[in-house]
Amino acid sequence: MKRMNYGQAIRSALLHSMEQDSSIFIMGIGVDDHKAVFGTTAGLVGRFGRNRVFDTPISESGMTGIAIGAALAGMKPIHIHIRSDFLYLAMDQIANIAAKWSSMFGGNASVPLVIRSIVGRSWGQGAQHSQSLQSLFMHIPGLKVLMPTTPSEAQGLLIAAIQDPNPVLIFEHRLLYDIIGDVPDTPTALPLGRAIIRRKGSDMTLVAGSYMAVESLKAAEFLSKHGVEAEIVDPVSLVPLDENRILASVAKTGRVIVIDSSWTTCGMSAEIAALIVEKGFHFLKAPIRRLGMQPVVCPVSKPLEAAFYPNAKLIAAEALTMLGRDFPKTPAPELLNTFKGPF
Amino acid sequence: MKAPFYSSLSSGMRDWKLYRLMLKIRMSEQKIIDIYPSDKIQSPIHLSIGQEAVAAGVCLALKSSDRIYGTYRGHGIYIAKGGDLGKMFSELYGKETGCSRGKGGSMHLSAPEVGLVGCSAIVGSFIPVATGDALAAQMRKDSRVVCSFFGDGAVDEGVFFESVNFAILKNLPIVYVCENNGYAIHSKVLDRHKQPSLARLVSGLGLIGKRHDGNDAPVVFKTMSQAITQARKGKGPVFLEYMTNRWHEHVGPGTDYQESYHSPKDKENNSRNDPIKKMEKILKKRKGFSLRADILKKEIQNEIDQAVNFAEKSPFPSLQSLYHDLYAESR
Repeated sequence: MKRMNYGQAIRSALLHSMEQDSSIFIMGIGVDDHKAVFGTTAGLVGRFGRNRVFDTPISESGMTGIAIGAALAGMKPIHIHIRSDFLYLAMDQIANIAAKWSSMFGGNASVPLVIRSIVGRSWGQGAQHSQSLQSLFMHIPGLKVLMPTTPSEAQGLLIAAIQDPNPVLIFEHRLLYDIIGDVPDTPTALPLGRAIIRRKGSDMTLVAGSYMAVESLKAAEFLSKHGVEAEIVDPVSLVPLDENRILASVAKTGRVIVIDSSWTTCGMSAEIAALIVEKGFHFLKAPIRRLGMQPVVCPVSKPLEAAFYPNAKLIAAEALTMLGRDFPKTPAPELLNTFKGPF
Repeated sequence: MKAPFYSSLSSGMRDWKLYRLMLKIRMSEQKIIDIYPSDKIQSPIHLSIGQEAVAAGVCLALKSSDRIYGTYRGHGIYIAKGGDLGKMFSELYGKETGCSRGKGGSMHLSAPEVGLVGCSAIVGSFIPVATGDALAAQMRKDSRVVCSFFGDGAVDEGVFFESVNFAILKNLPIVYVCENNGYAIHSKVLDRHKQPSLARLVSGLGLIGKRHDGNDAPVVFKTMSQAITQARKGKGPVFLEYMTNRWHEHVGPGTDYQESYHSPKDKENNSRNDPIKKMEKILKKRKGFSLRADILKKEIQNEIDQAVNFAEKSPFPSLQSLYHDLYAESR
């Protein structure tokens, strides 16, 4: 095992994969610059050359189509967007072309495309640099959608995505980039569709992915001090979704809060809540609760921004309300956000 | 100076091949028109009658290893690139034996075995995809050329300019073929562009575009052959605008000359510019034309009848196949 942060784990997966397979190439705005997409592409131009790691015109839609065409012709492109918000510009190519290709042409060809994008929550990213768009893509058959939380998942799922013959979107959360964790000495693919139990508990289930899993862990530690043991299920892979592991946890606890890094309406949290209602209603001791971003546009002003995003304190409060308990009056510094800018 | 590729085909052979391809497209689509009222083809059709010379001239100039991308008006290029006619009719019928296993229909024909990678029903959307295929050809050092077919409406799309810009930037082996039939659905070029010459639109990006008569098959063949030679030699992309005419309504088997979007002269103009008649004018000067043409038409009709028969007799896809091919399996 090696210790590295989330960004280094992604870089190691790219490096390892590109050494193994010469058909893999990286493209995207700024992938070859000195910032190297938060370090994830650092040194790769030097190692593999400009033909395999290249900057693109600021043409998200066209470049996505170009990646699809290259994938159809035997290459394995990795298209990187430094903000997930830019995916809206590529929606036609992702939803109408990449997702549909295999079905629309009766399996004549497939599109082995990886799209990495980074969710830019907080520190004043504002309306158009902060969105977490996993739910939009979950809606569209033909795509796979991943949200790795730890360095080992960031590495292993990226390798799995590269090896997958289908279009795969990976949502990396900016606030996960500083997390340090153990990763295998030799990068290895992790299976898709396997949820991770982040913490065991018997009183309630928190289904939370990506950065919300981190906030949920903070909330769970706090709750534990007050006699509540929460189990945290991190889906990690949204499409395919590990329904069994989510339902098994709900069967054990009977109470569930689904927490997403995005809006709740028609979102990942709605889908998982619907899953639990459809297949696990008889396990429930209380109505399902959901937490996500407030149903408004992300503001910049610090106090408004703090009120906009779900966080550990809100999760803990929701859990206690669910159990009919008051929020303790003692200070809870462990629930505070420690991130300091700039990005 | 080394002779270009197209001169290796004698003009006599070439003209007959062009004539055959155009007849096959026209007669196949006429068969579709005949069948359509029976409701056996339960999906939209976009006919390319009147535009046969572009499909025939371009595809005959390409090698089978060269790859093309098309649009919902795709019967012509499917046939011209050598796609199996039985599989095409089966696809129109929604049958299991269709070229896209009944999942695509008329708008999503594909025949990767002869280089037709696919056809899209979103205007302009395959232009970047074709460009990416050309990028792969360059990266893999394949000698193939990619051709992207689209209509005059597609140049309204942002991805057109994004793709052309990238192709020039990277010097990609691609030929952009714009079939300008004068109408984007029902809208004239001049209602959408101040610059009526689409070939000139791209000149500011650094791409040399040329406009040619798209109803003259030998002209299409020659100009396309030159473009292919340039692209294959690594001298970068080419934009060709072929002026042609759509005889039928945008979608469907009928004509709609009575509608206000048409100029009053369109019908007469179309008939005068019939690419098949133009080809016949050349071929008639040769000995034994009518006998040879009659035999050819019979051969084609026979092939079409067999193709339709194949489609009629083929089974519909199994209901389980609804769930097939959503994702490709890992190899």
